[in-house]
Amino acid sequence: MSATAFPAEPVSALRRLIIAAKGRSRVPYLWVTIVAAFVSLVSLMPLGFIAWVSVQTGWETASKLIFRGRVGELLINTALLELCTLPLTIALSVALAWLTERTDLPGARLWSMLAVAPLAVPAFVHSYAWISLVPGLHGLTGGVLVSVLAYFPFLYLPVAAQLRRLDPAIEDAAASLGLNPWQVFFRAVLPQLRLAICGGSLLVGLHLLAEYGLYVMIRFDTFSTAIVDQFQSAFNGPAANMLAGVLVSCCLLLLVIEAVLRGGERYARVGSGAARPADRRRLGHMVIPAIALNAVTAALAIGVPFVTLTRWLYIGGAEIWRIDLVGGAFGQTVVLAIAGGVLATIAAAPMAWLSVRAPGRLQRILEACHYYVGSLPGVVVALALVTITVRLVLPLYQTFATLFLAYIMLFLPRAMVGLRTSIAQAPVELERAAMALGRTPFQAVRQTTMRLAAPGIAASTALVALGITNELTATLMLSPTGVETLATKFWSLTSEIDYVAAAPYAVMMVLLSLPLTFLLYVQSRRATGQ
Amino acid sequence: MTISFSGSMSALAFAALFASTGATVALAQEDIGIVVYNAQHESLGVAWAEAFTKETGIKVTLRKGSDMEFANQIVQEGAASPADVFLTENSPAMSLVDGAGLFEPVAAGTLAQVPENFRPSNGHWIGVAARSTVFAYDKTKLTEDKLPKSMLDLADPSWKGRWAASPAGADFQAIVSALLSLKGEEATASWLKAMKENFTAYKGNSTAMKAVNAGEVEGAVIYHYYYFGDQAKTGENSKNVALHFFKNEDPGAFVSISGGGVLASSQHKENAQKFLAWITGKGGQGILRDGTSFEYAVGNGEASNKALPALSDLQYPKVDPATLNSAKVTDLMTDAGLL
Repeated sequence: MSATAFPAEPVSALRRLIIAAKGRSRVPYLWVTIVAAFVSLVSLMPLGFIAWVSVQTGWETASKLIFRGRVGELLINTALLELCTLPLTIALSVALAWLTERTDLPGARLWSMLAVAPLAVPAFVHSYAWISLVPGLHGLTGGVLVSVLAYFPFLYLPVAAQLRRLDPAIEDAAASLGLNPWQVFFRAVLPQLRLAICGGSLLVGLHLLAEYGLYVMIRFDTFSTAIVDQFQSAFNGPAANMLAGVLVSCCLLLLVIEAVLRGGERYARVGSGAARPADRRRLGHMVIPAIALNAVTAALAIGVPFVTLTRWLYIGGAEIWRIDLVGGAFGQTVVLAIAGGVLATIAAAPMAWLSVRAPGRLQRILEACHYYVGSLPGVVVALALVTITVRLVLPLYQTFATLFLAYIMLFLPRAMVGLRTSIAQAPVELERAAMALGRTPFQAVRQTTMRLAAPGIAASTALVALGITNELTATLMLSPTGVETLATKFWSLTSEIDYVAAAPYAVMMVLLSLPLTFLLYVQSRRATGQ
Repeated sequence: MTISFSGSMSALAFAALFASTGATVALAQEDIGIVVYNAQHESLGVAWAEAFTKETGIKVTLRKGSDMEFANQIVQEGAASPADVFLTENSPAMSLVDGAGLFEPVAAGTLAQVPENFRPSNGHWIGVAARSTVFAYDKTKLTEDKLPKSMLDLADPSWKGRWAASPAGADFQAIVSALLSLKGEEATASWLKAMKENFTAYKGNSTAMKAVNAGEVEGAVIYHYYYFGDQAKTGENSKNVALHFFKNEDPGAFVSISGGGVLASSQHKENAQKFLAWITGKGGQGILRDGTSFEYAVGNGEASNKALPALSDLQYPKVDPATLNSAKVTDLMTDAGLL
């Protein structure tokens, strides 16, 4: 009797523990889902706002404001900008990524760092540098040139990472079937880069729609500049809101196009063992043009901002470094960036945890809400929040709360990306074991998963902080009275064409962004085990 | 090792959060004195605020924005507006706020400091400075006989592609409101349509002047002080530029009144009135005379900067600043595809 009871005892104890843990673990799923759903609802606010003002404006006025020549002009400008910039950016970043990852290019590591470095320079500082150097630069040509230089790292990073991951066996097979090296590249390598190119292009395309400062300086009108013009002429009048509606439609269209182009093919490698590292192709006599391409890109994307900033600093001398002004703006920027980074990471955490631990249809919908809101331009989110706070919740108007809400919305996807991957790497068994040992579900998650995910949490916070450091439109429209960030101060000085006094603010923004950009570079290499 | 690393990371994150929350709260609770919605040039606003604080000890916090943005904003904020004082570059924004009944009457003593033609008759706001419309032209390309006689001439096809303006700016919109008030809606609408064909848009008057200087366009409709300001600094952006005053009571000779007013919703009305009295008095007007703004002083017996041609010689048209209609101007410009 005791002989049969003895072995049964530990089994049933274990089962009881598992049942207890499961029963407990259901509670956080529910609560976390509720929190994630709340964040999703909040992130739907700008879209709801657009719908609400459209209804309020009435069809007659709305159609008059939407179907007019100016909107047509802006649509043509936007289409031309996307159609010229994206192919150039794709070609440039694929070429650079291939040269730095898959050839014996001398100094490949250095060139790959230089290809990421332009990210440390805010887009509107790029255009400030360019119009300082070539004052006549304007319109589509100028817009495309500066956009390509400012945004190509967004494509270079994923493409280079993907190239490192490819299994060279496929290329060998293609070559053994008689394809020449160019054919191998276009028929075996390029198709495998599809996801990286689509994702990167989407990111660049959305930036082209959202950017304000770059295009004002280069004098190229887009929806973002036109909305700010209307905002300055009539605050949140119907014309501004209708333009915002068209702009949001453009963003959604890009999302759909990307989803279609991405396709449903499978890219995963099947087979035993791991892929061997790819050989680096000999460049031979092509090494000179290869170095030239890298060098020219670096000169235009980093050299130009560096030279013009140095020149303005030299002209300005010591007197432009008013420590009370520059230091004050620097301090406020750092505070906003860190606090915003932490808040956005906290807001993204429930969804990131859910999407790893309990993926399902509801979770996918909620997750889509988290991502879509980040694709909205700052000017649209700001316009929505200004109107909602001033009309409905006046106590929140012009407060830090509203500003942080805008930051959270704008940078939610950035926070999600880092969190998701690092949570996925923390084994769920640890959470269960912790609960089995008597921790409450929240304690368990906090003491296991969240600790293991700390590097990812730090990376998310840093990415959001980088975004906030360089954010202009939402900060201009929403910040509490008396708040001046490096970006807004830089902006007001360049508007008075005081390029000399603006230089220190630009330099501080670059210095703040450099470590974060470096972190991004390191992360992207670590993700592929290098 | 990993645990201690992640432990310290989360400790760091929490420390950062607390530190920045603390700093944010500190920023939010700092005594900000009177809040001025300043649509005037930031440098002038700062010069006024700093000198006023130095003299009276009353703290001033400036929020920057543009004329019409602030005017519409104040109307929406209504009684809850955080602003105590509103300063503009042009009159239409003041009329808009006044039309919504949101101004406190200006103190009688302050009104007495400024002549009647530089303030509305109801005394709800007051002129604090003035600026004249000019045609800034490239003197290496245009001689005086080739200059437009009237601003209306710029609608002529012969001027296609040759001139610039900053249509999104409150300055240019004030000039259009003067045109509207002087020539009526129909003439204004057709002039704006022709303008859309002929002109090149720049963001900001200084940028437009810079373009004239660089030879990108032959002339630009802007205000006078951008030229004098640049001349006083390096002259680098205006060395090829000369100013043409249209005079002759032309719409293009419009002199725009920058306004100041105290909000009826202000919680600090006494200090706000003091600030307005100070700006229109010796202190504020003296900064216009001696500073680098080069806007005209409007106070009784107050001299403007010596570099400027006398305001009384400009033959500007008589326009009642209280009647300038901003909403109509924005609509007309939106219809013409300029906005």
